[in-house]
Amino acid sequence: MTNKPKLKLATTSLAGCFGCHMSFLDMDERLVELLEQIEFDRSPFTDIKQLGPCDIGLIEGGVCNAENVHVLRTFREHCRILVAVGACAINGGVPAMRNHYSLQECLEEVYLNSPDTVNPHIPNDPELPLLLDKVYPVHEVVKIDYFLPGCPPTGDAFYSLLKDLIGGREPQVEKGRLRYD
Amino acid sequence: MSDRLHLLHILHELQQKHRYIPEESIRDVAARFNLPISQIRAVVEFYAFFSTTPCGYYHILFSNCTSCGYQAGDTNLLHLLTEQLGVRIAQTHADRRVSVQETSCIGMCDHGASLLINGLPLIHLDSERITQMVGLIEAEKPLSEWPSPWFHIHDQIHKRGLLLKEDISAGDGLRAMLLRGRDETLTEISQSKLRGRGGAGFSTGLKWRLCKQAVGKAHYVVCNADEGEPGTFKDRMLLQQHADAMFEGMTICAHVIGAHQGFVYLRGEYRYLLPHLQTVLVRRRGSGLLGTTILGQRGFDFDIDIVVGAGAYICGEESALIESLEGKPGIPRSRPPFPVTHGYLGQPTVVNNVETFIAAAHIACKGATWFTSVGTTASTGSKLLSISGDCTSPGIYEYPFGVTIQQILQDCGASNVQAVQVGGPSGTLINQTALHRRIGFEDVSTGGSFMIFNEKRDMLAIIHRFTAFFAHESCGFCTPCRVGTTLLRKGLHKIIVGQGTRYDMAELQHMCELIRRYSHCGLGHTAANPILDGLQHFSQAFEQRLTQRDFIPHFDLDTALEAARQMTQRNDEGAHLDQGAE
Amino acid sequence: MTTEPEPKLICIDGQEIPFQHGQTIMDAALAAGIYIPHLCHFPGITPQGNCKLCTVEVNGKPLTACTSPAADGQQIRNNTTELNEARKALTQMLFMEGNHICPSCEKTGNCPLQAMAYHLGMLHGRFPAQYPLRQVDASHPTIMLDRDRCILCSLCVRASREVDGKNVFAIAGRGIHASLIVNTSSGKLADSDIEPSDLAAKICPVGAILIKEHGYDAPIGRRIFDQHKISEIGLEKEIVARVKSDDQ
Repeated sequence: MTNKPKLKLATTSLAGCFGCHMSFLDMDERLVELLEQIEFDRSPFTDIKQLGPCDIGLIEGGVCNAENVHVLRTFREHCRILVAVGACAINGGVPAMRNHYSLQECLEEVYLNSPDTVNPHIPNDPELPLLLDKVYPVHEVVKIDYFLPGCPPTGDAFYSLLKDLIGGREPQVEKGRLRYD
Repeated sequence: MSDRLHLLHILHELQQKHRYIPEESIRDVAARFNLPISQIRAVVEFYAFFSTTPCGYYHILFSNCTSCGYQAGDTNLLHLLTEQLGVRIAQTHADRRVSVQETSCIGMCDHGASLLINGLPLIHLDSERITQMVGLIEAEKPLSEWPSPWFHIHDQIHKRGLLLKEDISAGDGLRAMLLRGRDETLTEISQSKLRGRGGAGFSTGLKWRLCKQAVGKAHYVVCNADEGEPGTFKDRMLLQQHADAMFEGMTICAHVIGAHQGFVYLRGEYRYLLPHLQTVLVRRRGSGLLGTTILGQRGFDFDIDIVVGAGAYICGEESALIESLEGKPGIPRSRPPFPVTHGYLGQPTVVNNVETFIAAAHIACKGATWFTSVGTTASTGSKLLSISGDCTSPGIYEYPFGVTIQQILQDCGASNVQAVQVGGPSGTLINQTALHRRIGFEDVSTGGSFMIFNEKRDMLAIIHRFTAFFAHESCGFCTPCRVGTTLLRKGLHKIIVGQGTRYDMAELQHMCELIRRYSHCGLGHTAANPILDGLQHFSQAFEQRLTQRDFIPHFDLDTALEAARQMTQRNDEGAHLDQGAE
Repeated sequence: MTTEPEPKLICIDGQEIPFQHGQTIMDAALAAGIYIPHLCHFPGITPQGNCKLCTVEVNGKPLTACTSPAADGQQIRNNTTELNEARKALTQMLFMEGNHICPSCEKTGNCPLQAMAYHLGMLHGRFPAQYPLRQVDASHPTIMLDRDRCILCSLCVRASREVDGKNVFAIAGRGIHASLIVNTSSGKLADSDIEPSDLAAKICPVGAILIKEHGYDAPIGRRIFDQHKISEIGLEKEIVARVKSDDQ
């Protein structure tokens, strides 16, 4: 067997629930097989903080604040192929339900008007990333190469995506398997 | 029915009275007309001249047309006006004194920058006039005390042909028809090969024949005076100077098809012409040219009502016009069936343009041969052109069909021509290489609009204006046009501001094709024409604005942080975003 | 003696099918078991042709199958790559025009819009999201109106008028600002005579009109589009029948 260099894979969750990452782990023993051909770079699975040059980047979650924008751009810069994974990355998902309200309404509801608020004020520490007016799909902020729908995509869907990418093929979502929930 | 009782007229009166249409009025009108309240709401929300929030005592609708709009050279007169008045566009000041909005072309393209103030056209605007206007508004002078020359519309007819050289006297067409016989008159119309002057060019004789043959409880004649295509104003002149011939043509049509009721659907922007038209109607009734037993002919009974629109370009589409006549939002019907068999109230209806009826009246008088002696084989007769834009003599020109664009440009004193938009935004954009082309149904078809742009003009800005026009005027019925026209407007804007990538350009083209091919009616089919023609003839203009970057977001990231910055009172480096690295 | 008239035929993607006088291309296709994608069409209700998904090429010309009369000898192209790509783009426009968040929508799994997107292989919204701000009407005790999800197909408008014998809904406004309104003085659904058993309350092909307290009744795996594809003929009745309400 040839010693092909392993593909580097990075993952992150922006405005998401890590459900897609949990589902990724649902590949179970197939992960062992995949690890023959890929290795993780920056990812919640590795705790590597600094992103190096990668072949594949998987983005979970939509873009809700300035930090999301920076992380997403870093992934775009470093990853040859960037994949939007899950409902939130693809169209904002559940966090985008806040788009129905103005940012002011959202923040006032949470930090000023909520009945159990102590010392009501809107946090303004420079350490905190500022929120965008709306939650955006990732493809509205950077160029995305492929999309893997689902809330979350199933372990099978992840497996199929990665096998396609490892094989140098255009990833295909089988029609019968396509779902958004 | 009496036209006073038309739903659009009642709503207009309410709008005048309250400066908007209050909820309780909507309920009252629904009860009075015994119509669902939802229909009244739908109508109020559909037409641009009705509003559900108060407008000012002085309500200003500034044209955004490329010919009669607020952009006068480098000066944006709309900004000047709102600045001087201290108001914001489309927001009525708390004192309800004045409100300013944009509106689509108001048909004053031969009179420079123009607006409607409380429905009256105010023309030849420049910075100075704007300042004077603001003074009068601040002094709360009623419009009746404003200088009357400001409102005076002087039609400029630079070239007269078949129709304009010699008018027919009221009744001559009718007498000729009665003498010839109604079937023979229809034959004469058919033999003249007259085609619809609105732009589509359907055979008038065939239309009348199909309608005459159609079975129905009643037949109707409708004159389409909803001259909404930007750059067109020839009907404005015809309505002012040749109303008799138009009514005559309608009456002839009525006799041929067996109609007893006719309508003129007048665009809301031309409401100021209504008293004149009413006067002509009264005179014609008095002379036995309308009403019962016309010219003593038993059974020849016909009368005409005028229905005034309320700001909706789509109502120029004949089935949308009929919907509007029926007191509904102007949403084009599915065809077939066509209006000739299922038109007003589901009955056989002829809808023709003002110019077509006038031509028909002339043909009834002078015969088919007189008409076919002018023009080309496929396009007989003459065409009235409304010429505007960059030329020394804008106005009305009547040409035999077949005239070259080059000839027209020479006649109206156009120099350094970069482009001509023939037929308005829904028509054809011509560049310098195509000036040899000819006006006619077989080559460059036009309902009358002829807008000239010289080399100083930014073609992309013009194409964007046209694209925004369609987004504003889309009725919203079908998916491709409702959503697509807005996507086109935004997509083109992105390119114009230098943020468009090659991908954005490809997406824009794709959207153009989708709208053109899959839309429900003519508006959607033509809404992408300005961009498609622009890409064909002015591809450089697009190319130059494209960015070399392969991605730029559609929204401004830093602006998207503005609300958060304000709420946290932050302005540090981390509180800002750029649009992405080079 | 009269001879049987030759059956009149139209040809869809090479397959000849008969039609009866008065049938549209859609009627004839469905009767012959041929699926033409559609969202705003519902058998038995006057077709309108606003979604444009059922556009087919008739002798080369694009026409909506649901409103175009079948005529002898029509050569019709339906299931072509080009048409399906256009249908996908139209579906993406419907998604991006409103606010469609499938994972949090009660209609998910039973939603024809979603199922259509599956059928056409839509992986993302493609076009810039418009994020309109639209009114939710929760005034009615048993029926919910969430305009965020409305695709302006007008099926509820027509069902209410034609089948329920009422007139609960209408479309108002123009262009991108068009919206579904309720035919009551207050504009609220609570003041209308709509009932959960009305077809208008059940026909919505998205989650814009919903029967309250029945969200997520069927678990994943047992929802309509877990078990069926939207391309199965005659599914409309099933979709309506499976909308549950307490008065049934």
